[in-house]
Amino acid sequence: MTVSEFFHAGGYGFYLWGSFGMTLLLMAGEVIAVKNQRRTILKRLRRMMRLNAAEVDE
Amino acid sequence: MSINWFKYSSPATFYPLAGKLVPWFAWLTAILTLAGLYWGFFQTPDVLSEQKEYYRIIFIHVPAAWMSMWLYFVLVCWALAGLVFNTRLSYMMAAAIAPTGAIATFIALWTGAFWGKTSWGTWWDWDPRMTSELILLFLYVGYMALQSAIDDPRRADRASALLAIVGLVCVPVIFWSVNCPDPTQCAALHQRSGTGKMESNILIAMLVMVFAFWMYAFAVILMRVRNIILERERHATWVNELLETEK
Amino acid sequence: MFRTFRCIVMRDLTLAMRRRTDVLTTLFFFIIVVSLFPLGVGTDKETLRHIAPGVAWVAALLASMLALERLFASDHADGTLEQMLLTPQPMSVLVLGKVFAHWLLTGLPLVLIAPLVGLQYHLSDTSIGVMMLALLVGTPILSLIGAIGAGLTLGLRGGGILLSLLVLPLYIPVMIYGAGVVSASAIEGSDLQAYFSILAAFLVVALVFSPWAAAAALRISVE
Repeated sequence: MTVSEFFHAGGYGFYLWGSFGMTLLLMAGEVIAVKNQRRTILKRLRRMMRLNAAEVDE
Repeated sequence: MSINWFKYSSPATFYPLAGKLVPWFAWLTAILTLAGLYWGFFQTPDVLSEQKEYYRIIFIHVPAAWMSMWLYFVLVCWALAGLVFNTRLSYMMAAAIAPTGAIATFIALWTGAFWGKTSWGTWWDWDPRMTSELILLFLYVGYMALQSAIDDPRRADRASALLAIVGLVCVPVIFWSVNCPDPTQCAALHQRSGTGKMESNILIAMLVMVFAFWMYAFAVILMRVRNIILERERHATWVNELLETEK
Repeated sequence: MFRTFRCIVMRDLTLAMRRRTDVLTTLFFFIIVVSLFPLGVGTDKETLRHIAPGVAWVAALLASMLALERLFASDHADGTLEQMLLTPQPMSVLVLGKVFAHWLLTGLPLVLIAPLVGLQYHLSDTSIGVMMLALLVGTPILSLIGAIGAGLTLGLRGGGILLSLLVLPLYIPVMIYGAGVVSASAIEGSDLQAYFSILAAFLVVALVFSPWAAAAALRISVE
């Protein structure tokens, strides 16, 4: 079986890879979104902490 | 040996534990997915008697559909635990599960549509199972909408927990009513499905993929619950110490 | 306990009678929605007869849902609701009273106006009777389930649209059998009793559980 035959999937490539592709997209997207969310939260919390520290210094 | 389970119900102890678990689940997801897809694509016949190569959608369709339903159940269990034991972590877990559940529901619908197009010739059919899945998506969306509409976290937690429980109570009635719109004669499911007549290689690949999906769900839910913990506990001293040490 | 119930019902009815337009708004919403469909899908008699049950029920669902927002809102605004939560009377009875009064003002008018829908959609007399009966059993269930949603979304911004997200999926079984019985009534010799038994069972279950759940929701929201 060649690679192109594999992706052709007997003429059902569109349906097969449409399903798998969307799944991959959503799952990868979810992971990336959660990681981004974590980064933003950390950034914001650090900024808030620095702000508090600055206030205490004054 | 007795383990104090309530020790881990505190966000401060659960946060690092979850952090340690995430990579394990991520690796398991990767390994199981590769194994399941290898088995599914190369150890199975290309053409079944009735169905052609598109039947391989089953390797993501069925795990996603199962997971979407189980996750709602697990969500309600956490919500219930939250209302009974009044533990904040339970609510956070419930909140972390909802988006993953909604995504699983969407994947099940999407792949179902592609499958439907190939085997029944239509993207959408008001088949009882598809309709039930669609309604499940609505329930997830309602839960998340209520949660994000309430600013006070305590009220948001408890209100959405109650909503999830009410939803679960209604779910059997909804599914049953969708299945039997005429009470005198219940419609048979569009396609009888059974694991018995399935070829064993397909079954193996599908079950491996089910586990892969579960590992993925654990990993991403734990990642999200860590975010929620950080956000909610930002005034706690342990979070501040953590911010100084951890990158 | 019955006295508490009656007291709440009378109070809500008196308050509503001072602002009669609220009742009429819901009713006219229902009439307008129902009248829009023939303009949209065409006025073919057979088609209309075919879609009538579904249209009437969807319109009833939307009308009763839109009215729900006001179920607890005014009591919440003037602080009466908090007083109610503090009284020794069980909250679920108070909720039941409020829901009943609310149904008398918004659900019952829909039942009474149903023959008009029947005329607009060329339904037979039997079908009209069946539809009225189905709405009579079904609309209280809508109000009861909706009360939970109204309690949960109390005082939130964008509460109305949020409420629809929460409540509409839960209305599905009522709509399926409510519309189903009207459709079945058009067919000779179909068994209508099974539908009404199911609707009645829903009503009993909703009567038992939903005041209790709605009371819990109110407690969460007001706290």
